[in-house]
Order: sequence, then C-alpha cells, then structure tokens
Amino acid sequence: MGWFDRLKKGITTATSSKKEAPDGMWIKCKKCKGTFTKEELEKELYVCPKCDYHLPIGSEEYTKFLFTGDTQKLFENLKSYDFLEFTDLKSYQDRLEKATKATGLSDAITVVTGKIQRYPVTAAIMDFRFIGGSMGSVVGEKIARAIDYCIEQRTPLLIISKSGGARMMESAFSLMQMAKTSAKLSQLAKAGVPFFSLMTDPTTGGVSASYAMLGDINIAEPNALIGFAGPRVIKDVIKKDLPEGFQSSEYLLEHGFLDMVVHRKDLKKTLKDLLSYFESPDVTPTNKKLVEEIAVVKGKA
Amino acid sequence: MENMVFLDFEKPLEGLFEQLAKLEEVSEKGDVDMSDTVKELKNKIKKTQKSIYSDLSPWQKVQLSRHPQRPYSLFYIEKMFKKATELHGDRLNGDDHAMVGFLANFDGRTVVVIGQQKGATTKERQYRNFGMANPEGYRKALRLMKLAEKFNFPIITLVDTPGAHCGLEAEEHGQAAAIAQNMFEMAQLRVPIISVVIGEGASGGAIGLALADRVFMMEYTWFTVISPESCSSILWRSWEYKETAAELLKLTSEDMLSFGLIDGVIKEPVGGAHFAQAAAATAVKKAIKEALNQLVDMDPDERIQQRIEKYSKMGRFIDEAVAE
Ligand SMILES: [Zn+2]
Repeated sequence: MGWFDRLKKGITTATSSKKEAPDGMWIKCKKCKGTFTKEELEKELYVCPKCDYHLPIGSEEYTKFLFTGDTQKLFENLKSYDFLEFTDLKSYQDRLEKATKATGLSDAITVVTGKIQRYPVTAAIMDFRFIGGSMGSVVGEKIARAIDYCIEQRTPLLIISKSGGARMMESAFSLMQMAKTSAKLSQLAKAGVPFFSLMTDPTTGGVSASYAMLGDINIAEPNALIGFAGPRVIKDVIKKDLPEGFQSSEYLLEHGFLDMVVHRKDLKKTLKDLLSYFESPDVTPTNKKLVEEIAVVKGKA
Repeated sequence: MENMVFLDFEKPLEGLFEQLAKLEEVSEKGDVDMSDTVKELKNKIKKTQKSIYSDLSPWQKVQLSRHPQRPYSLFYIEKMFKKATELHGDRLNGDDHAMVGFLANFDGRTVVVIGQQKGATTKERQYRNFGMANPEGYRKALRLMKLAEKFNFPIITLVDTPGAHCGLEAEEHGQAAAIAQNMFEMAQLRVPIISVVIGEGASGGAIGLALADRVFMMEYTWFTVISPESCSSILWRSWEYKETAAELLKLTSEDMLSFGLIDGVIKEPVGGAHFAQAAAATAVKKAIKEALNQLVDMDPDERIQQRIEKYSKMGRFIDEAVAE
C-alpha cells in the first residue's frame, strides 16, 4: 500500500521541479540528481545518460518507443467512480477527478493494440501517476477485455505493471480484481495465447500477487522494486534493516521469479525476439470453443 | 461457562453469566429448586445476546471475527467430518503450520479440505504464525488441490487469516507468485471448490485460497483488501480511525452479499460462533453440503465457465459506450 506515500512524493516532486524550471523543460534524475532536458531524455528512452537510472515513465512513453507504426487505444470508454462513497481526508471522487485532470488518462491502465516490428501485440500499460497505479474495477475490467480481445484476435498480450497494489477506495471490489484477472489469464493460457509480463518500478501488492507474476515470460526493468509487501511494511515486521538490493529485479531473478532483467534500450528487441518464437507453426492453435464461449458471454452482457 | 472472554460490547453479558454460574452451583447442592430462576436468567441472557448482536457496527463484527474463543479451522474440520487425515508439506521447501490440509470423509464422499489455522494460546499462536501463511502454505494448498483434482475430490477451503505473511523469507520464496499461481490454477480446477470465510478474510492472503464456485462468509466475519487498522494508518497516518475505516470498507458479510461478491452468508447461532461452537459447525456443514449437492453433478467445463464468469462480472465502473 505504498502508493499513498509515493503519490504524495510524486506531487511534491512535480511542484518543486516546476519551481526550478518554469518552462517545465528540465527533468531531474532521482539517483544522480543530474538534470536533463525532456528531449535529451526522450532520446535516451528516459534512461539517465549519466547513471543509467531508469526514470519512471507511463503508458504514453512505452507505447511511443515500443510500437511500430499506428496503434489503437481500446476500452477508453471505461471510467471509475466512487460507488462506495469512500471519503477519508478526501473523497475517492475527488481523487479520481484530480488524477484524470493531472494525467489526462482515463485510469491507471491503458490498453493499446498495434505491432512491434511486424508482430501484432496488445499491451495493457499501467500509469503510476494515476492514484499510484492502483488496481480498481476499471484496471481489472480493461485487463479482462484485453484478454478476450487477445483470444479473439489471437494476438499476444503484454502487460506492463507499475503499481503499489490494490485500490483501497474500492475495497473488496479491488481485491476481487486479483481473482478476476488471474481467472481470465487462465483462459488466455488455455487458448494458447502467450502473455509477457513486464514489471517496472514499483510492482507490489495485489498487482504483483496476481497478473504481474503470471507471465509465460516474466521480465523486469533493472533495479525495479518488486514484491508482495512493501519494504516499509516488512521493515516494521522484522524490526531490522533490509538487506541491500532486497526486492530488486536482480534479486527476483536470482531467486527464480523472473526470466530476465532487460535494459529499457534492449526492451523492444527482446520483445520482438520473444514474439518471433511464438509464431512457430507448432504453437497450440486457438481454442475455438473458448472463443465461442467468450462471444456467448459477451452477447449476454 | 468458566473462562469466558467478553469483548467490550459483550460486557452486559458478563454479570448475567456470573449469576447463572452461581445459581447453578446452588441448585446443584440440591436444597432449593432453582430451575425456574435458572430458566428465567437463561432467557434474559438470550434476550440480551439478541439485542447486542442485532445491532453490531462493522468494527464490532471485525472484533468478533477475531474473538479469542472463536473456533478455528481445525475445530470445524474435527466437527464436520466423520474422518479426517492431515497431510503435510509443499513438496518443495517445507510445511507451513499456518495452513492445514486434510483428506476427509464428508458424509460418505472424500473431499480435500484446506484452511488457515490460528492458535489459541501464545505458544500455539506462534506455532501457527497467527494464521499468516508463507509461500510454502499456499503451495501446500495448491499441491493438495491438484491431488483433489486428480482423484475427482471436491475441495473445501476455510479462510481465516489476518493476511499472508510479510517477511524476508516470504519475499525470497515468492509470496506474490504463490498467491497468484493459486488463483490462476483454482480458476481451472475440474472439481467443485467451496470456500468459507470463518474468521478474517484479509486481502491477498485470503483470496489466494478463495477463488471458488461458491464463497460463503459466516455472519460475523470480514473479507476485503485491507484490515481496518492498516487502512486507518495509511489514510489517516494513525490507528485511531479503525472504526471509520471498517465502515468505509463495507467489509461485512451483509455488505459482501449485497455487492454480489460472495454467494451466501452463514448465519451464526445467537451469541456468535464463539459462544455456540458446535452449532456454528453444524451451520457451516449444512451450507457446504447444500452447495456441494448443487455442484457435484455439473459438467466440469460448465462449472469452470460459470466460475470464471462469476469473477469476470465483479467490478463497478461506468461504461460510457453503454451509457450513451
Ligand atoms: Zn542519473
């Protein structure tokens, strides 16, 4: 549940950097504190030219550098609302409106379909800027619909995770998105459609404990925080400092939960290579019965 | 009625039970016939229980779900099955004492039953890690569910956890992956799955054992994404707002049923499961039996499809394409 901290941090960083660079052109590297222009960083795929730190980016940036040619956004018609009337210091509705306004996004995940080189792929990409990338009903529903789309169109699925976990303000509905997305992924698996999971900084809580960890291939960006519990929670429990590198991508690779850690600059080529293997004539054909079943369910709804 | 534990809102009962104990002691000595007075007092207790329990706040229900005398998984397993044999280990790394698994005879039918187990004494609580399973527990559960599938045994899971364990080894051994894997596999298991929340249903630790054809909550339990205390500490930076958080989270069995996120509520006996333990086990057994009867004869593919469809429908959002 670290999103709240990060959200607050995120807000302060945004305002302070505005003060330093009124034109909004300068971006500071969190690690080495070097400042760079947006153009400079964009060319470098937002990897710090000085220290190689992977700056956090969102769905727009990933779409831009991963896809080749035209892309199409899907399911943008789905919107969150405050159905529980959840008001703590602020109402959920206010948080939603503020997040929408600040980011121009419809929610914490964007589904994009297109091609990486010549390979069709459908990607669901999370945005941390939208309420800490938290998973509520819309995130779950977009993933579910993306999975149906992938089964119907027989395009591989890529999910890029970046999330503090479940969206508390949707309470049990957010919890059930873990079950929903995992269940839908089991259908994708049954249909023989590959799923690539890319974990970026951070991927924790209900997101790591559901779709993020369920890839046929699990990939992470370097030095991302990936785990079930947030480091602060674990520190509180064990009352000791955490070992260096604990819950980093490299740590997870070492413990067997990732297939690879990939530098952002190699990501497109890696995905392209992976996609090519799944074009083999031996790949399981689409499960026609399942496609029909999904069509029937959709018809009912 | 010795050693009864009373929660703050149960306090009006304490004096009544003390009186009852004294009366029964006197009447046992046999000089005076006290049976009418005893009967009257028992009625008064029942009335008081009814009035207390008919008007509980969400936070009070959370407290009841953690009542120190509330029965845990092992109690239900002992009461509900003619015969049960415990099985151990995840076949990978260890045996998690916070997660128990059994082969059991359920009125003539073999089932696999898995549950989180808390402890009653300090020593037991430590041994059971307060019902907080590690990845080994979730993998043990999955191994046993696969065993059930292989031999076509229905699966029953009993959920009672304040959360999956958070710690160094839990992370090192892949807590997130273990929970995710359970849900992924449970969605496709070819045997019926019935889950009952018998105490606390906290977050990933609960859902990792509760993707099922039928999910029930006992009346005085809770099931959601975060405990009221943690919710309070994150949103208000203080533990003081746990009551408010409990209300906001809509985490009671009644709320969950009204949302369609569970399939039924199992009514608890007057006074709660901790007061009438055997009656509580009977009620749980009845609910499981009815659900099982509905599920066993279904075509497995149909059952799986309905299971996934049920979860696919969970979520509230505005669909502007439909709204327009
Ligand atoms: Zn740097």
